[in-house]
Amino acid sequence: MVALYNRMVMEATDLDAIFGALADPTRRAILARLATGDAKVADLVAPFHVSQPAISRHLKVLEAAGLISRSRRATARLSHLEADPLRDATEWLATYQAFWDERYDQLDELLAALQRQALARGRTDPEPVDDEPPTDQPINRKGRKSDG
Amino acid sequence: MGKTQISAPGGVPFIDISRDFDAPADLIYRAYSEPDLVKQWLGPRRLEMVIEQWDLRDGGSYRYIHRDPAGNEFGFHGVFHSASPDNMVQTFEFEGVPGHVALDKLSFEDLGGGRTRVRTHSVYQSVEDRDGMVQSGMGEGVNEGFDRLEELLARMAVPA
Repeated sequence: MVALYNRMVMEATDLDAIFGALADPTRRAILARLATGDAKVADLVAPFHVSQPAISRHLKVLEAAGLISRSRRATARLSHLEADPLRDATEWLATYQAFWDERYDQLDELLAALQRQALARGRTDPEPVDDEPPTDQPINRKGRKSDG
Repeated sequence: MGKTQISAPGGVPFIDISRDFDAPADLIYRAYSEPDLVKQWLGPRRLEMVIEQWDLRDGGSYRYIHRDPAGNEFGFHGVFHSASPDNMVQTFEFEGVPGHVALDKLSFEDLGGGRTRVRTHSVYQSVEDRDGMVQSGMGEGVNEGFDRLEELLARMAVPA
């Protein structure tokens, strides 16, 4: 997390262009198709039930975001998936996802512990208190003895 | 498990996070509002969290520190603008990059049956701030590969 924050202002990234490009389901499907190999525009028109100009527009957006490159072979233009920007975007999301999953898993554990304590307090009264003396604090780390 | 839903819409400096919990809203609000509880879950596991200031009221401030095993400290602070179970609004700033203040709005939605959905809407000052916030660098152990493409694409289903 430390490096996460340190990097906060270090780079103006093109992630936004990537996320914008990925926001469209047809473009995501095109990328998934290109992950299996390069394709001509005509190859992409058939499975997606979209007109050729529409496919070309989608390809332009993907190219502008750096997600694909296009080359000319003979008369056909081949589209090729560029893995690195996608990997960056994936890492961005995965990093953020892992950060929040860890945080919320800990919250899950805390909430479960608090609910167990509340149940135990309902059954046995008064509740045994930890080694710490009672304080005004409603909560301490291991046991709690105030309102709920 | 991927229980946390995160979306980063294109073109706007927002991040929306949603997570359901098996606990009632009032209990979750306590976990978010009482410092002795907050410090038990908010920080990464490997870092110690010390709450130096926690004045939960409109205009009250907070400051906390994450301390790594080597003793390095990283401070964060902000101001509460609203603190109720219906609506928590606060600013957030990492002291390592002062000035890049974000605004967080939290809500706790009762789903019935003792379950609650927690939503966090974060507003950054720019898209660059937002993306830089989670730019790669801390991703050790997070090695998403090309084979996870499908999973990524499914997750990217964010509003255009």
